[in-house]
Amino acid sequence: MDWSDSPEQAEFRKEVRDFIQKELPQAYRSGEDGGEGFEGGWQADRKSEDPKRRETAMQWADALSKKGWIAPAWPKEYGGAGLTTIEQFIYNQEMAEVAAPMPGGMGVSMIGPTMIVHGTDEQKAEHLPKILSGEVAWAQGYSEPGAGSDLASLQTRAVRDGDEYVVNGQKIWTSGGHQADWLFALVRTDPEAPKHRGISFLVMDIKSPGLSLRPLINMGWKHHFNETFFEDVRVPVKNRIGEENRGWYVGMTLLDFERSGIAGAISYKRSLDQVKKFLDSNEGKQFRRQDFDAVRLEMADRAIETQILFNFAFRIVSIQNRGLVPNYEASVNKMYGAELHQRLSRTETKAWGLYGNVWDPKSKYAPMKAEHVQDYVGSVPHTIFSGSNEIQRNVIATRGLGLPRG
Amino acid sequence: MDLGLSEQQELLKNAAREFLENECPETHVREMEEDDKGYSPVLWQKMAEQGWQGLLIPEEHGGAGFDFLDLCVLLEEFGRALVPGPFMSTVLGGAVPLMEIGSDAQKAEFLPKIASGDLIFSLALTEPSARFDEAGIECQASVSGSDVTFNGTKLFVPDANVADYLIVAGKSGSGTTLGIVATDQPGVKVTQLQTIARDKQCEVVLDGAKGQLLGADGKGWDALKPVIEKYTTAECAYLVGLAQMDFEIAVDYAKERVQFGRPIGSFQAIQHKCADMVTDVDGSRFIMYKAAWSIASGQPAADTTLAVNMAKAWCSEATRRVVAHGQQIHGGIGFTKDYKIQLFFRRQKRAEIAFGDSDFHREAVAQQLGL
Ligand SMILES: Cc1cc2nc3c(=O)[nH]c(=O)nc-3n(C[C@H](O)[C@H](O)[C@H](O)COP(=O)(O)OP(=O)(O)OC[C@H]3O[C@@H](n4cnc5c(N)ncnc54)[C@H](O)[C@@H]3O)c2cc1C
Repeated sequence: MDWSDSPEQAEFRKEVRDFIQKELPQAYRSGEDGGEGFEGGWQADRKSEDPKRRETAMQWADALSKKGWIAPAWPKEYGGAGLTTIEQFIYNQEMAEVAAPMPGGMGVSMIGPTMIVHGTDEQKAEHLPKILSGEVAWAQGYSEPGAGSDLASLQTRAVRDGDEYVVNGQKIWTSGGHQADWLFALVRTDPEAPKHRGISFLVMDIKSPGLSLRPLINMGWKHHFNETFFEDVRVPVKNRIGEENRGWYVGMTLLDFERSGIAGAISYKRSLDQVKKFLDSNEGKQFRRQDFDAVRLEMADRAIETQILFNFAFRIVSIQNRGLVPNYEASVNKMYGAELHQRLSRTETKAWGLYGNVWDPKSKYAPMKAEHVQDYVGSVPHTIFSGSNEIQRNVIATRGLGLPRG
Repeated sequence: MDLGLSEQQELLKNAAREFLENECPETHVREMEEDDKGYSPVLWQKMAEQGWQGLLIPEEHGGAGFDFLDLCVLLEEFGRALVPGPFMSTVLGGAVPLMEIGSDAQKAEFLPKIASGDLIFSLALTEPSARFDEAGIECQASVSGSDVTFNGTKLFVPDANVADYLIVAGKSGSGTTLGIVATDQPGVKVTQLQTIARDKQCEVVLDGAKGQLLGADGKGWDALKPVIEKYTTAECAYLVGLAQMDFEIAVDYAKERVQFGRPIGSFQAIQHKCADMVTDVDGSRFIMYKAAWSIASGQPAADTTLAVNMAKAWCSEATRRVVAHGQQIHGGIGFTKDYKIQLFFRRQKRAEIAFGDSDFHREAVAQQLGL
């Protein structure tokens, strides 16, 4: 058991730190404007109307891409850096420490790796470079109105017509669809087969005729996700990733990425540290509730729980670094991290007493730009997406502990 | 960076588990609950042959020279098997303070005999004030040269009924002062308490009890701080093993017990409790080892203190949740004396409040974070 770096790890950490020190654009440095929009701001900045934002985004992407660090986990031959899981962990840790916006989004984290494993040479050549350059942003079309946790029951239909599929149906919760250029989707190609065995994995231009998006405004009054409709959308068969009717398994491929979720733990710790600092400042004292004692011990609890989450993250990367695949441990991280996120934002909001009402970041009555009250709402779906916490507990109990399925 | 055990620790763990499964079965745990001494001298000797009492003690004093993290690996197994007896008292309450502040002569006199299983020690720290801080110590110490005489009452002293020596904390004119006090003298009167864990905690009345000064007069509290941090972390290690076993028993039971025509472990209400249990057990394990690592690798004192407070704050509460779920999953059978799960529930409480419960340590965390 060792919480400290080995000499090689320390050396790599220094390399990442030096890089950040030298290359991270001023506008992205902590406490300053980190951009807006989804996924840390980079995707939105990349296409912003404001030339300064566009420039900042490209400057950061250029610096990263010289080291293969847009997609550090991808193999070198595809333009990544081929980092080991522990190096990825250190990279993610250091980037999260300074809250650096991460370019690439779902292209880098999901569809790119899926193509690397299952795609044809042609598909890789067409898409991977554009993911790395940030030219193309991707969205995910998995969930449907009738297929959420039970994703494999999805109904969006793709019927083969020569060398095209004709797609009809509806997806929902398509995050960032309105900012994306391409969509990857699971569709039903064999309605007769058992539900997991009749699904195919398609990629399509989001501007394809017949494909339309309708904004869904979330409870924070933000346009984050969309409904996606397909009316006779024609998708070339060559846009299928993997074999027909094997799409479920293509979509579920476990990639050899570090999956510790360390960035979450770091951001929670930073958030607590900042609240603490602010509370002690002259400005912060005005917002500190009179009966602060009630919150004080809650904050101590959140600090302890953040350490628990750190350790869970360290455990995952330790397992991966030993060449093993995490089992129930990854579900523990998701479940614990999501619930901690909600507790944390609740505690932080409580610290402001009545000022915990104020939503407008620009209001003079907003403590710390109202980020905690916004997070109080923003953390609500954390226990829903990427496998709800109930599903995670099911997985821990059945796959992890071997309890019989219900 | 690695959260796995080293090869040597794996060996220690496996050897301990095998040994304790044979030598300390449930029947033994139950017998010792009713036994006046609360431990088996035969098993005590066998443990000494394994080198356990001397695990931390340097080789020059007859020990094995392992580090504190290794000891916690062993103590996890002790918690798992609910090993009764004065092991923690002797190692954490005796060997550790002697190693920290004993003179060369004191080390030479006592450490080899602890390692060989010939001496039992215990730490007489708490009093009727039931506090864990320096202000809780009212027992009087009068120092004369290298001798010290104590007058006062020590309470919740573990295993004092069988201890050969107590390390007593008292107050002299110069402050907190420690002494090594032999129990076989008229000035030491030991009365056993009946406790929830049926362990052997005692009232110790010191009436002119004589001993040798340990460390410097008035410097006892500074000396005790690292001892208490180790002892606290050791209690966490014991709790981790205890909770792990409670959880395993509950999961096994959930797979076997059938109601409504199916194993109760197929019901989500039970499954989700089990998922929460494993999260609490694993969370306890790593935060405990973080503290143990911090101690063993000599991290800065402030970091270690915070790590220890965080560990005990978390482990006390999380393992309580685990054993509560363990009871619920068992239904009525869990409430019987004959069934094993209750052994864990009762012992969890002892360790939960030893050296401060969650509230105590959470407050300490808040203070250290400047809250
Ligand atoms: C902010 C956000 C962004 C998203 N982004 C995307 C995206 O980009 N692309 C995409 O495809 N999808 C996206 N999703 C969809 C997400 O994957 C689904 O919301 C999720 O799978 C849950 O499905 P559902 O909403 O239909 O809830 P349901 O599955 O209907 O669940 C409702 C409740 O029932 C519980 N439940 C369901 N099944 C079980 C069970 N077996 N045992 C116990 N409890 C159960 C759930 O835990 C939950 O509490 C996003 C969702 C959110 C909230």
